[in-house]
Amino acid sequence: MTTTTTLPTEERVVRREALYFAVRNTKLMIGFGIVLFLLLVGIFGPILANVEDPNEYVAAAMLPPSSEHWFGTTTFGQDVFTQFVYGLRTTFVAGALGGGIAAVIAMVIGFVAGYRGGWVDEILNMLTNVVLVIPTLAVLLIINAYLGIRSVGVQALFIGLTSWPWAARSIRAQTFSLRNREFVDLARLSGMTTRKIITREIAPNMSSYLFMTFILLFGGSILIASSLDFIGLGPTEGVSLGLMLQNSTQWSALQLGLWWWFVPPGAGITAVVGALYVANVGLDEVFNPKLRET
Amino acid sequence: MLKVDNVTKVYKVGTFGGRTMTAVDTVSFDVRPGEVVSLIGESGSGKSTIGKMILGLTPVTSGSITVDGVPIQPGKDYYRTVQGVFQDPFSCYNPVFKADRVFALIKESYYPSVPDAEWTERVRSAIQDVRLNPDEVLGKFPHQLSGGQLQRLLIARALLLDLKLLIADEITSMLDASTRIDVLNLLAELKARGLGVLYVTHDLSLGHYLAERTVVLRRGTIVEMGLTSKVFDDPLHPYTRQLLSAVPRLHAPWDDIEPPATCLYHERGGVGGLLEADPGHYVACAQLSDC
Repeated sequence: MTTTTTLPTEERVVRREALYFAVRNTKLMIGFGIVLFLLLVGIFGPILANVEDPNEYVAAAMLPPSSEHWFGTTTFGQDVFTQFVYGLRTTFVAGALGGGIAAVIAMVIGFVAGYRGGWVDEILNMLTNVVLVIPTLAVLLIINAYLGIRSVGVQALFIGLTSWPWAARSIRAQTFSLRNREFVDLARLSGMTTRKIITREIAPNMSSYLFMTFILLFGGSILIASSLDFIGLGPTEGVSLGLMLQNSTQWSALQLGLWWWFVPPGAGITAVVGALYVANVGLDEVFNPKLRET
Repeated sequence: MLKVDNVTKVYKVGTFGGRTMTAVDTVSFDVRPGEVVSLIGESGSGKSTIGKMILGLTPVTSGSITVDGVPIQPGKDYYRTVQGVFQDPFSCYNPVFKADRVFALIKESYYPSVPDAEWTERVRSAIQDVRLNPDEVLGKFPHQLSGGQLQRLLIARALLLDLKLLIADEITSMLDASTRIDVLNLLAELKARGLGVLYVTHDLSLGHYLAERTVVLRRGTIVEMGLTSKVFDDPLHPYTRQLLSAVPRLHAPWDDIEPPATCLYHERGGVGGLLEADPGHYVACAQLSDC
């Protein structure tokens, strides 16, 4: 270390350091690489496919994969690849929106309850427990019956508003234990406000944990969306990976040997969620200096 | 300068705070500029709670704490002049950031307009003041530094402010013997600069080495308080006597320690329940001969 360098401000250092270790972390790069690839497929696939409706009947039924129909066709002659790229897009939207909404609610409630404690904690905890025990399905049926809204956005919003409680509880518990560490006292002695302590001391300390929470909520949202599609409460127009899986089961793809119908959506869901998990392990190493291999 | 006046801290425990636990009971003492006062007591005697209350990290249940006659108002301005150093240097640093971030936070809060180059100079000279080599400790993560280095960095951090009072809470208990004496000498230097130091410890010999005055705490109340020489050479309270006899000595074999005294400071009187036995030498129990 040279003696002439000035001490850089902490923000810049953290960002530069994180980036330095991020691009050298194989797990992170592989995980994010897969997610990014699928995301790009989901974004640009539909643009390239350029069909009016992915559920259109375009070819003969039950064709195996060929150069013309990459993933073959369904029992109705729908192109599985076209459905896959459209479904991927819907699935990303449902996962990101649902998981994102849930993660934001969980963080706000978890941090405030865990840091403040006392009666604030009691009230927020009560709210969390109430939402935790709400029978999601029954509520969704009622909402559906009354409003009749069946778009991906509303589905994601609903998933986001109902799936945050467990995450809020775990963030609260983690915050609670970090709050009593002496570096929080020291931050207070450095004149930092409560909000700053939460965002700049506690949150960075559990950043890989927060990211894992988002990944779990993301994956969870995709799975919940698929289940909702399964019982017919999904979006009525369009297609999602969950809907594809459901259709393939319903029309006996397994018995008919149409593996190309159910393998792509199943593999798609697994790849997105699995790659995010791998990325998370790598991210832990990036954020936690003790795990770095230097 | 620092005046702790009849301070009590009661914690609510149990379901819905049904029961209470008194951690600190009507404690009064003061710290003057350029003076080290040691607060001695066993685990659970409430000494760290007193330190935390002075630093405003824990609210006071009753009583008052004033600095220069002004009731303490925990906040940015208060921490410019009153700082603390804690027991466990490893838990004082956020492990995901580099150790020198503690300096960056001070700059951000108190000296945002100081140019980076000048600030770096100040930090380096503060680090040299605590007898560390800046090149060895800057730019490292907490787990790459030793406990002694981390503890001294925290003292250097406090030196960057316009400090009047330092609460040193068990700051040497995690350090080895040679580092410990270095840190103690640092505190003695602070004293020479005119700072008031409240040295919270369970170690009698360290308190004796450093402090002008000694406050002995037991179960949240002061049992004896006065000049260090008085308290150590002429301990009046049986608990103080017992404490002193329990100190391991070099060149002396282990000896049976008296059973714990049963004195419950009955018939307390005077300020904060203390009696003035000699001028400036206070003791809790009114019936010394009975104890």
